[in-house]
This record gives sequence, C-alpha cells and structure tokens, in this order.
Amino acid sequence: MPSNLSDSSGNSSGYTMGSLVRSPSAPRTMFNSIMTGVAFFCGAVAIFTLAAVLSYILYRGFGSISPRVFTELPPLPFGPSQGGFGNAILGTFIMVLIGAFISIPVGVLAAIYLTEFSSGNLARWIRFATNILSGVPSIIAGVFAYGVVVLTLNKLGWGSYSAVGGGFALSILMLPIIVRTTDESLQLVSNDLRQAAVGVGATKFQTVASVVLPAAVPAIVTGATLAVARAAGETAPLLFTALFSSGWPSLTPQGLLQPTASLAVLVYNYAISPYEKWKSLAWAASLVLVLMVLIASIIARFATRRKAY
Amino acid sequence: MATNIRTANDTDTVLRTEGLNVYYGNFLAVSNVWLDVPRNQAVAFIGPSGCGKSTILRCYNRLNDLIETFRAEGNVIYQGHNLYAPNVDPVEVRRRIGMVFQRPNPFPKSIYDNIAWGAKINGFKGNMDQLVESSLKKAALWDEVKDKLRQNGLSLSGGQQQRLCIARAIAVQPDVILMDEPCSALDPISTLRVEELIHQLKEQYTIIIVTHNMQQASRVADKTAFFNVQTSEKGGRTGYLVEYDRTEKIFQDPQQESTKEYISGKFG
Repeated sequence: MPSNLSDSSGNSSGYTMGSLVRSPSAPRTMFNSIMTGVAFFCGAVAIFTLAAVLSYILYRGFGSISPRVFTELPPLPFGPSQGGFGNAILGTFIMVLIGAFISIPVGVLAAIYLTEFSSGNLARWIRFATNILSGVPSIIAGVFAYGVVVLTLNKLGWGSYSAVGGGFALSILMLPIIVRTTDESLQLVSNDLRQAAVGVGATKFQTVASVVLPAAVPAIVTGATLAVARAAGETAPLLFTALFSSGWPSLTPQGLLQPTASLAVLVYNYAISPYEKWKSLAWAASLVLVLMVLIASIIARFATRRKAY
Repeated sequence: MATNIRTANDTDTVLRTEGLNVYYGNFLAVSNVWLDVPRNQAVAFIGPSGCGKSTILRCYNRLNDLIETFRAEGNVIYQGHNLYAPNVDPVEVRRRIGMVFQRPNPFPKSIYDNIAWGAKINGFKGNMDQLVESSLKKAALWDEVKDKLRQNGLSLSGGQQQRLCIARAIAVQPDVILMDEPCSALDPISTLRVEELIHQLKEQYTIIIVTHNMQQASRVADKTAFFNVQTSEKGGRTGYLVEYDRTEKIFQDPQQESTKEYISGKFG
C-alpha cells in the first residue's frame, strides 16, 4: 500500500523507510551529488593538464617544424644554417631498439618462468623485485648503466659514452614493464587451455610455446610498446651513458660505441640554451617525440584490439 | 607385488585402480578406491559434489600433477605399469589416455590446427588432412565444419566446440578417453549428440565419464561407479567408492543403502 512506502515512523525492522520519490535535499542524495561533482572536477583537471601540455607543444612545435629537421644535423648556434635533428631521431631509434633487444627476450622469458614454472615464494620475491625495479628512479638506472657499460668500455679502451650504454640503461627501465604486463597477461590465459594442451600429451614447453604464449601475444605487444614509449622519452639515464653528439650515429659496431644523440637529451640541451635557433629546435623535437610516443601507443591499441582469448 | 600377478590376466582390463588414496596437502580427498575398467566399455562415475569422482578421473591421466599439493598413494595399473611409478612419463600417459573437459576448451587456433596440433607434437608422420577428416568424422562434426576448417575453433557453438574437443582427443589415437562432465555446459540436443558419439566411440576406445546426470549414466554406461562423501571427525570431507557394478544393477538393484537413496533422488 502506498502509505507503507512513505512510512517513516518507527517499525520493528530497524530501518526507517524513506519516500520513493527522489528528494534532492536529502543528505544522502546531496552527498552523492557533491561527490559526483568532485570526481568530475578531478577528472577534468587530469584531462586539462594533458590537453594543455599537448596543445602548447603542438602550437610551439608546429611553428618550428619543417622537413629539414628530419634530415639535417644540429646547427651551430650562430650562422646561416637552420639545421635539424635527424641524428637525434635516429639515435633514439637505435637506443630504444637496443633496449628492446635486451629487455623483451629477458622480460618475456622471466614472465614465462614466473607464471608457468616457478612456484610460491620464489615467484613472489621475483614479482616484488620487479615492482621495486619499476619504481627505481631512471637516473639511478643511468648511474648503473654508467658503471656497468660506460666504465667497462673505457677500461677496455673500446669507447665510453655510447649507444650501447644508452640502450642498456633504457633496457633496465623497460624490463619491469615488460615482465609485469607479460606476467599478468599469461596469468589471464585460462587454465582450461593449459589443461587442454597437457591433455593431448604436450610437454610443458610445447604447451607454453604453442598455446599459452600465442594467446597472450596481444597483451605482450602492448606491454612492449608501452615500454618502448616510456624509454623513448627518458632523458636522465641517457645523459651520462649515451651523452650527445652532433654527428650522425653509425650502425657499425664502432659507431654503436660512440656518443649518440637522442631526442630527449637534445630537448634538454637545447631548451636550456640561450640561443633562439636551438630553443625552436627543442620545441620541434618535443613535438616529434610526443608524436612518436603517441603513434606507438596507438599501434599498441590496434595490436590488442585483436580478440583476446 | 600385486602388479606382477595381475598383468597376466589383463587382457580385458584396461585400467586397474588399487587402493588409491588422493591427498591435497595433508587433506585426504579420496580414500581407498579399488576399481577395474574393462576394455571397450563405457564406465560412468556418479555421485554428489565433492565425492572425488573428477579427482579419480584425473588420476588416470595424471592431470592432477598440475596441482602442486596433489599426492597419490596406491596403484593405477595401465599396460602393466603403475602410472604413479617414478619412472613413468606423465606426458606419455596423457598421450595414451585422452581427456575431454567439462567446459569446451578448443585451442584459439583454426579448427584444422586444433586437431593437427596434438598429432604434430606427438610425432604423427601420416597424412594430416586425412587424420583431421577422420577425427572430425568420428566426432560427428565433419559435415558441419568441412567448409570452414581454417576458421577459429572458438567460432563454433558450444556443442560443436565440445565435439571438436572430442575429435582433438581422438586424433592422437589414445587408448582410453576420459570425459569430465562433458555435457554439463551443453544444451539437450548437443548432449544427445555427444551421448550417441560415446556409444560409437566405445567400439574403439574405452571411455570413463564423470556425470552429474544419472539418466546420462544409465544411457551411456555399461558399468557405473557410485561415489559418496563422508565427513571425518576433523571436518574434512573425504570421498570414497560406494558401489561399482553393471549399470542396470546399480540403477535397478543397488546393494548399498546410500546408492539406493542417491539414485532415487533422496540426496545429492
């Protein structure tokens, strides 16, 4: 009966029944509305920050970008040449590739070990260590790479600051991302599938290689792309591993042991310089870097759009 | 040892279960199962939830090995070997004793590869196209999929997927096929088709099927084993084999009171 629905007088159930009609001034409703507003505002702040950064980079970067920035070398601060940063784009590619070559195999195999072969405590500690590693400030990764690669190369007399050192530093930053995303995606692969494979007489390795891993590939690709995108934008670890160079990087073994330019370090160097020409190149380089990361993320999205199992 | 005595007259017993105890950690899940599975017959395991019928089934192809805390005592004799002897390779066991699972679980590969993969990894050297065709025909799926063998196995309906899984199990030419509630995720028509299939498969294979559906057991099985569960003083629930006999006997003239109650629907 209607009277029962709005009956707020005490009854024995311990509840007081409110009206069925929504009342905007009820404390519960008001709290709900306010919290919705706060959440919306915080969401807007996050979006606004992204929009502000991107739009300003687009605005300043587009003003300074031209085809020559992709093909030419950095200019002298004074003089007629406008120059570009083709060497830094190539250098970033080379070092990210070196980083990916080290971190993707190691990371994927480590994750396979974690989900498929290890058990209990050891796996827990490795996961914990990976999480710590992903929290290590990138400059520390750079110091480590400096100690391991740069100083060693120096001792051996083969070089010092180099693309190899930079790539190694980046691989340390990429490794935990790849381990974690691969680990998670392998855990999502249904156990039914593993049992199905084992049930037709597959060994553990056959099961992992032919059934589990293919099912997890889209997620692994995303992880790797995210890691690449993160590494491409890193400056600190490259500052004292790859340093910088105003010449073209070379893909010969000797070339990979030479100081190498990268977009991030170029932005850092040129943005704090007093020369207008360099500052304008820094804006253009920022734009290129942002677009590269953006494109990588979009590729990752498309790779995962393939149906996951 | 019992092993040596019994291999002599093993002509029509495929799997011999001798005093099998299954533990998960310290917890005794199933105790003291003695049960012989005759060749080219279908044996059904029935019983209430938690009675250990699936656990016992999974002992026959050592699938329980995937569970870390699992431990088995007693013997499961197959072709003169105790399956749990340390020198037995579980991968070889599973190749000879195939399995169809409760939920259809085709590989996320093409229909063709779903069948070919198992054959490939087991070193099949013959004509693969022929094997795929004959396996699908035996599983009564060929006519429905022959024009779309390159399609993903997951694109099939649930009942078709389950028959694909049966075809996949057949393709490695096993000796025994274990079925763990193969119809519980299927509609009645698909169920009927799978049951018809079991009748045909019996001529070549030995089948052990776990089912919650007593009508299904009476329809497909030559012999039926009824498992029940008892609660120990410490509160652990342990399954045990109550009665094992010809299916008509179990359903028409059970010797144990609890079997009678279970099949007449008084519990479970």
